[in-house]
Amino acid sequence: MLKVENVSVNYGAIKALQNVSFQINQGEIVALIGANGAGKTTILNTISNIVPSVAGKITYLDKDITKLPPHEIVKLGISQVPEGRRVFAKMSVLENLEMGAYTRSDNEVGSDMEKIFQRFPRLNERKKQPAKTLSGGEQQMLAMGRALMSRPKLLLLDEPSMGLAPMLVEQIFQIIQEINASGTTILLVEQNANMALSIAHRAYVLETGEVVLQGDAKELASNPEVRKAYLGE
Amino acid sequence: MFLQQLVNGVALGSVYALIALGYTMVYGIITLINFAHGEIFMVGAFIGLLLVSFFKVNVFVAILGAMIFCMIMGVIIELIAYRALRKSSRLSALISAIGVSIFLSSLALMVFGADAKGFPDGAFPVQQIKVGSADISTLQLLIIGVAAVLMMGLEFIVQKTKIGKAMRATSEDYNTSALMGINVNRVISFTFALGSALAAAGGVLVGVLFNAVSFNMGLMAGLKAFAAAVLGGIGSIPGAMLGGLLLGVSEVFGVAIGYSSYRDAIAFTILVLVLLVKPTGLLGQKITKKV
Repeated sequence: MLKVENVSVNYGAIKALQNVSFQINQGEIVALIGANGAGKTTILNTISNIVPSVAGKITYLDKDITKLPPHEIVKLGISQVPEGRRVFAKMSVLENLEMGAYTRSDNEVGSDMEKIFQRFPRLNERKKQPAKTLSGGEQQMLAMGRALMSRPKLLLLDEPSMGLAPMLVEQIFQIIQEINASGTTILLVEQNANMALSIAHRAYVLETGEVVLQGDAKELASNPEVRKAYLGE
Repeated sequence: MFLQQLVNGVALGSVYALIALGYTMVYGIITLINFAHGEIFMVGAFIGLLLVSFFKVNVFVAILGAMIFCMIMGVIIELIAYRALRKSSRLSALISAIGVSIFLSSLALMVFGADAKGFPDGAFPVQQIKVGSADISTLQLLIIGVAAVLMMGLEFIVQKTKIGKAMRATSEDYNTSALMGINVNRVISFTFALGSALAAAGGVLVGVLFNAVSFNMGLMAGLKAFAAAVLGGIGSIPGAMLGGLLLGVSEVFGVAIGYSSYRDAIAFTILVLVLLVKPTGLLGQKITKKV
């Protein structure tokens, strides 16, 4: 579905990504794990073309999207939940969801919003409130709901567990699996490697801008090196 | 006396507010002080003057024509002078803005000459209405009315329409707005179009009020409107409206109590005083960058 080939990204003189290649198949949950600064967020932003690549090629559904502007990429069905949730703080919950549906002009936006409210009842209770009044967990739900409003085929999730209580993390990961089960392919970036590997089908391990390990999520979870470096053993 | 000065002040302040809105909206989205904005106001006044002088249209058509002309001009200015510089340092775009400002006023000087031009006699029948001891001219009512309608229209666009919501989203978070599928460039063009249209309307209104249109009228009006935008809190739309009205009213009252030679200093004195106490402006919000 998505193929990233030899992509490199520089921030000034710093090489953020070097020859990164990986692919995502339809229906999968693929996890990208790695330490802080390994380049995980950069990969997502390069796919969305918020951060331009200096080399390499990104293909999505057999279409070269490397140079497409960000809004065109969203139209093709790739939606991102950015790191730190990034809800529009001054806008209401409802308006945030409307922004998620910005690319759509069909008449099912309303019924999709109802579905989001069913999945996240807390958002329904707070739909008139500015997003800044929501708790961290609620903001994460809003950011996910907002991304789902574009009806993505591929959902990019950046650190959905960041700053959340363990119980909420469980809940969010449960929801990620539900979203995947209803047909959305997922690329999950996580520092919480344990959780990420427990729900992913496959995973890639990133170190200082390069893919160093890849494979089946369960195999990686039992790999001694991975356990030592990322699972705290 | 008080009512008289209040009406004078509100009329002047509405015009400052109209111009200040353009500064604040553009700043809100791309953090650029568009120093050419005062010149857009000046061009708007000239377009209004031309329409009235040569096509004998009424004042509303003149305002509308000036708004449309300046809308297009604002979009083109952003396209040629600012867009390419968006990723470079903020100073570059600022210098480019000053360049556009000088270019436009020099162009107006070349085309229209250095003398202030007035509207043809009897272009607008003016009547004085007596309210108590105050003489209120229909011209002042026209200014306040047109400004109020335009500001309500703006408020509707920004709060209720899809593109208006996209404007608010973009001014909060540029990259995340792009991730929503918002064509950020189009939102920026739209913002310049809106701001320029409001400035153009202000230009025609001021031209009519003082019956004078000149190539350098954009400079002081632009600076004062900028002061009004900062006073209200740059980036805040209600702030620009409030700041404009406050400056207009205090300027008129300052003159009325005998400080007429300090007329232009009043706006900036207030600006300095308010910023000393509240650096973000009256309705501005502290920008906190969350990591």
